[in-house]
Amino acid sequence: MSRVNPGAYRAASARTIQNEPGVRDSVGSATRTFDANRVRAFGQIDSERWRDWARDVKTHALTNLDRYLEEAEMRLLANGAHVHWAESADDALRVLADVVARHDIRSAVKGKSMLTEELGVNDHLEQLGVRVRETDLGEYIIQLLGEPPSHIVGPAIHKSLDDCRRLFHAHLGTAPDATPETLAAAARDALRQDFLAADLGISGGNFLAADTGTVALIENEGNIRLSTSLPRVHVAFVGIEKIVPRLEDLSGLLQLTARAATGQPIGNFVSLIQGPKTNEEVDGPEEVHVVLVDNGRTELLADDVAWEALRCVRCGACLNICPVYRQTGGHAYGWTYSGPIGAIIAPGMLGLAKALPLPHASSLCGACVDVCPVRIPIPDLLLHWREQAVEEGLTTTAETIGLKAFTALAERPDAFSAAGALLRWTPWSAAGRSLPILGGWLQERSAPHPSQKSFRRLWEEGIE
Amino acid sequence: MTMRVALFATCLADQFFAEACADAVRLLRHLGVDVDFPERQTCCGQPAFNAGYKAEAARMAAHTLSVFEDAEYVVLPSGSCAGMIRSYYSEISDEGPALDLGKRTFELSQFLVHVLNVETLGRGLSGKTVAYHHGCHALRELGVDSEPIALLSGAGAQVVPWEADKECCGFGGLFSAKLPEVSAAMADRKLDTLPNVDFVTSGDGGCLLQLSGRSQRRRVGASGVTTPFRHIASALWEGVG
Ligand code: SF4
Repeated sequence: MSRVNPGAYRAASARTIQNEPGVRDSVGSATRTFDANRVRAFGQIDSERWRDWARDVKTHALTNLDRYLEEAEMRLLANGAHVHWAESADDALRVLADVVARHDIRSAVKGKSMLTEELGVNDHLEQLGVRVRETDLGEYIIQLLGEPPSHIVGPAIHKSLDDCRRLFHAHLGTAPDATPETLAAAARDALRQDFLAADLGISGGNFLAADTGTVALIENEGNIRLSTSLPRVHVAFVGIEKIVPRLEDLSGLLQLTARAATGQPIGNFVSLIQGPKTNEEVDGPEEVHVVLVDNGRTELLADDVAWEALRCVRCGACLNICPVYRQTGGHAYGWTYSGPIGAIIAPGMLGLAKALPLPHASSLCGACVDVCPVRIPIPDLLLHWREQAVEEGLTTTAETIGLKAFTALAERPDAFSAAGALLRWTPWSAAGRSLPILGGWLQERSAPHPSQKSFRRLWEEGIE
Repeated sequence: MTMRVALFATCLADQFFAEACADAVRLLRHLGVDVDFPERQTCCGQPAFNAGYKAEAARMAAHTLSVFEDAEYVVLPSGSCAGMIRSYYSEISDEGPALDLGKRTFELSQFLVHVLNVETLGRGLSGKTVAYHHGCHALRELGVDSEPIALLSGAGAQVVPWEADKECCGFGGLFSAKLPEVSAAMADRKLDTLPNVDFVTSGDGGCLLQLSGRSQRRRVGASGVTTPFRHIASALWEGVG
């Protein structure tokens, strides 16, 4: 995996905010556009009912996960695909290494996929001596930059148009002031060579329909279609939570996901892959491998509160609306999944101690509750992990003592109001800076002014 | 028979917005309500609850439940604390009494519009331009949206559109101290989009402290004064005229 360091969130977010103001501008405007499109697209359908339906379908699939996964495996095998079960990232990468060795793979093309990012597929392929090319435009940009994606749907949204102009000028020789169309055309030309040369195509999977063994992929650029049909071999990495019972369920889920993600009624391209090409077919890979990946998902499923996060369809809508995410973009979160969804699955998938402070990277404003197409109660899950952290003793001593003392006071009204009076004696600006909680406040803001007298005093004196 | 209301000042407003609490009392009395201030009240428990200290929050909830056991209505100058009681008390304390208290609990502007059926207070804000900040919990937990704006406009104020009026200010209780840089950047977004108005108002003291504190910090060394930030209780009392 490229980098897993959520623990550095505070430092990383502060650094982005202070040193890279352009990131905040790019992320802010891109996410606001995404969200405005979502609002419009949700407005065109009875989105409340669709969301109820989608929640129920995904919940049903998750509560019968084993059954549907086995059904999907059976169908895929019958369709002529190979199916692999990967408990860990290492297992998944081993499958890939076998395919590479058996087919003597030299170069690969890859469609946008967060799971392959989570698994560290690119690094692994390079270690195996395979040249791998990201073919989604945004992914291509960040691959050239050597950066991980900063958003589930728009991997390069932290970059401005000028950033891309400079990058393409250096790598592809486009004019320094090229139009976005020219830049896209230049990328397309460069990528065409990679598509033609590749003997392996790699993809993720947005959904897996059990009844037919169908891997469904949504995209806008046609690069996934090419990556999964041109090369001889196709390997699809699919998270086990992507399962849905029936092919029929896809019709609603594909539409709702597109509306939530980009505001489109449906993605420009939807590929439904059931296996290798048949004898009658001209196009398509000779061999298809579907790797069903767990990598921490069953652990999340075992958590009786946080399992709901597995309904996620990775639409990015919660990132787009999140005022915390908007300040920094995704890199500060320190692992593949950022924003609200990243903060609620990190503790389940990485372990709580490693995931902190991500569950605290939220003001609990609740904006994400209104947008999630599968109704994941994100703030409740954040609270759940915070409670878990307290229970496991993963908080600072200062905070624990502070809150316990505060609680003890709050149960004794006389002591509470006496303590309140002390606020007027607090050395707000000077000594306060070294105190744990007050210090954090004063770092970024002027000292608050307590009222001259508390309301309690005013009340006792009589209010006119 | 006069209506009786117990004011839950909330720990933050008691100390930082004492005059606004007094204005809430004046406003309610002006509207013919008998206001009581149960003296044993302290904190609703929200800071502990949001930080994950469920057991501690439960103790404060139990205390608050006992304080307001007999109140006909509980009115708070805070959407956030009202939201805590309404949405979360049933999770952390006796469900029956918690739900019952929830039904009797209102944020100030919500109480004026939905219980007292106030349409207009007076014309005391004539000629004033105002920006209203929607506290997240008032908006999303209580559904308080048009109420404060209707009351402000009804009193003659011109409520100026604000692009970021429904975005979080970045307070979030301990969040503001744990992740101060992100929290401040959130406040900056609010302040950067703030229209030119006579004052900014909101129903939550926490948000007002965050926005005014950040606004003052940004002006340090720069000329000019910051836009005043006022609690809605004071704005509405002025609205009576
Ligand atoms: S949590 Fe919901 S809104 Fe966020 S990415 Fe997943 S499905 Fe989309």
